[in-house]
Amino acid sequence: MAISGTMAPPPPTALSRLVSHLITALLTLVIMIAGIVISVAAAVAAFAAISLVLPDIKLLTATLVMILGVAACFGYFWGSNRLLDTLYPARGENVGANLTKANAIRPWLFLGPAIVILGLYLVYPVVNSVVLSFHGPNGENWVGLANYRWLAGDAAFRESMRNNILWLFVVPAAATFFGLISAALTDRISWGNVAKSLIFMPMAISFIGASVIWKFIYDYRAAGSEQIGLLNAIVTSFGFEPQAWITVPFWNNFFLMVVLIWIQTGFAMVILSAALRGIPEETIEAAIIDGASPFQIFYKIKVPQIWGTIAVVWTTITILVLKVFDIVLAMTNGQWGSQVLANYMFDWMFRGLDFGRASTIALVIMAMVIPIMIWNIREARKDIK
Amino acid sequence: MSTAVGNRPALSWAVNLAVLLLVAIWTLPTFGILVSSLRDKDQLAVSGWWTALTSSEQNIIARAAPPDEAVEQGGQWIIAGNLFESGSGRVSAFGTSSREPSAYEPGEVVEMRGGGTATVEENGDYRLVYSEKPEGRRGERLFITIREAPRFTTENYENVLFSEGIGQSFINTLTVTIPATVIPILIAAYAAYALSWMQFPGRALLLATIVGLLVVPLQMSLIPLLRLYNDIGIGKSFIGIWIAHTGFGLPLAVYLLRNYISGLPREIIESARVDGASDFEIFRKIVLPLSFPALASFAIFQFLWVWNDLLVATVFLGNNEEQLVLTGRLRELLGSRGGNWEILTASAFVAIVVPIIVFFALQRYLVRGLLAGSVKGG
Repeated sequence: MAISGTMAPPPPTALSRLVSHLITALLTLVIMIAGIVISVAAAVAAFAAISLVLPDIKLLTATLVMILGVAACFGYFWGSNRLLDTLYPARGENVGANLTKANAIRPWLFLGPAIVILGLYLVYPVVNSVVLSFHGPNGENWVGLANYRWLAGDAAFRESMRNNILWLFVVPAAATFFGLISAALTDRISWGNVAKSLIFMPMAISFIGASVIWKFIYDYRAAGSEQIGLLNAIVTSFGFEPQAWITVPFWNNFFLMVVLIWIQTGFAMVILSAALRGIPEETIEAAIIDGASPFQIFYKIKVPQIWGTIAVVWTTITILVLKVFDIVLAMTNGQWGSQVLANYMFDWMFRGLDFGRASTIALVIMAMVIPIMIWNIREARKDIK
Repeated sequence: MSTAVGNRPALSWAVNLAVLLLVAIWTLPTFGILVSSLRDKDQLAVSGWWTALTSSEQNIIARAAPPDEAVEQGGQWIIAGNLFESGSGRVSAFGTSSREPSAYEPGEVVEMRGGGTATVEENGDYRLVYSEKPEGRRGERLFITIREAPRFTTENYENVLFSEGIGQSFINTLTVTIPATVIPILIAAYAAYALSWMQFPGRALLLATIVGLLVVPLQMSLIPLLRLYNDIGIGKSFIGIWIAHTGFGLPLAVYLLRNYISGLPREIIESARVDGASDFEIFRKIVLPLSFPALASFAIFQFLWVWNDLLVATVFLGNNEEQLVLTGRLRELLGSRGGNWEILTASAFVAIVVPIIVFFALQRYLVRGLLAGSVKGG
């Protein structure tokens, strides 16, 4: 290393900096890809080997895949980290330079699998959907704006939009309202935690399970025979005619919304209850001293202090509503004027077999999410700063 | 908080009642299907589940023994027997024509239109008396109203688990859920650590992207991924759905874990660095054990979401016995067995019981995770 001592380090030009960045990036990619390929290959090989002796039971296979999946992840992180340390050892003469290089590469190795999977499963599909929306049914021939023109003139699409907008107004509002009420009430009683658990429970139930539960409540028998659906039993006990609730155009939308409100109220309650408890005691004590009634304290002192959280709850439920699919599919499948965008998209994907049109409908859902996405990102950035 | 109400008994009563009402509305629907799934299917079909504990009334048409079994006794021809096949129930009224199916009290002797008299006792014994040998091949029709004691049974569960395919679907759902819940955790944890404690250009942009990806509708991903899967040959396979669920769960996982990991005390991590620990060691020995609560929160979310998912399973798995998951099966039963509530309620209960147990057992972590994800600064 006699020569290096005589050579002055070259002044970093823009070009040499770019080249060194490129080399670093390339090296990062090589280590990352090598790490992923080797660990996945090792896991697959291990799977094949163990499968030979393992009895062919599904749950055993699933458990094996879980263990090997975790092992492969860990193997990747350990291996790629080790590889980096071998290439740029933290000893010897170039310790400083080596550490700088290694520290520039290491974060990307840690992020590697996440970025690859997110890119493939969420970013690429967004781009691909845009491309597909300009193509025909099987995604091969270019049709220009034909899908968008079709959408603009389609009656079922207009119906879906109308219903989605109804859902957007009613469900977040009702779920947040009931959530706020139950949060405020359960905080005041001794068995509040039990009550909270029970109101929160529907959150664990699948949309499709909830649909069965509520379809049973809406069950209809012809007038005169014994009603086994709870709603019709109540209605007939007051002397009214029983109704086939989910087939009544327009109003059936609300009967479907009830299912989602029922599921989401618990979520709103849990978050709003935490926010209510975070309110500074002094503001409430001051109001009590000034003689405010419990209702005034709630609406004029507490609620204004948790607007931020209410907005978070509201937007979270809004996003869920935009994607609502299972409930409509299970209860009416979009008949009797209850179609929504997500189910309509599913229809064109599986029954219409037109990927172009289905992608176009998916993009409409995406477009409706974008304002909330931007708002979320802004809030998150404020938080990080 | 109780200071505001504590001294107002009337208000306190109102609050208790209101909560009771809310709890009732939020639990009764689920309770209803649980009760229904345990009822006898004939009773379930004719009476509401809230009457499950009272005996039910049912109008049925029974047939007496055919005329050639008539026995001569002192110049009269008599057909006698019991109308109940299984021997249970209590007759509260009977009739001999379909227009008046419950015209007479049990024990009354009534004239039949075709001649002769009929009597039905409370316990179902009947006695038809003719003055001449009766003719015809089929037995007389008798209309009875019976009161039946409530019957509970586990038959519905046996039926759905072993003949309606719910048992197989249960295993399929578990097969999907186990790997899809666990695999994303480590991938997300490393990424979260890098985003919290490592310096690199583009970190803020990456974080913003992940917050953005949190809300991308699944619908966007379905068609492109389905085409991709079919091209590389893993359409309709478990491996495809495991990775798909991993991908769809990752934004939430990274976001939740980053919120938690970046909140760990700086001193611990700095001092480990000073002691010469590498990032890899810091992560494995310090951050990973300390993050257990956040890892558990995410695992529960992912478990509930994968178990309850219908859309991803419908798109990426087949519709056959080997691959149909619980939610898919339930949807299928809603179509094919729309009116058979004994099957639907039992199937639904099998499908929701595991998430409900997980929910009640691990609620603490679930709530913590929700708060970290939604309340600012969490």
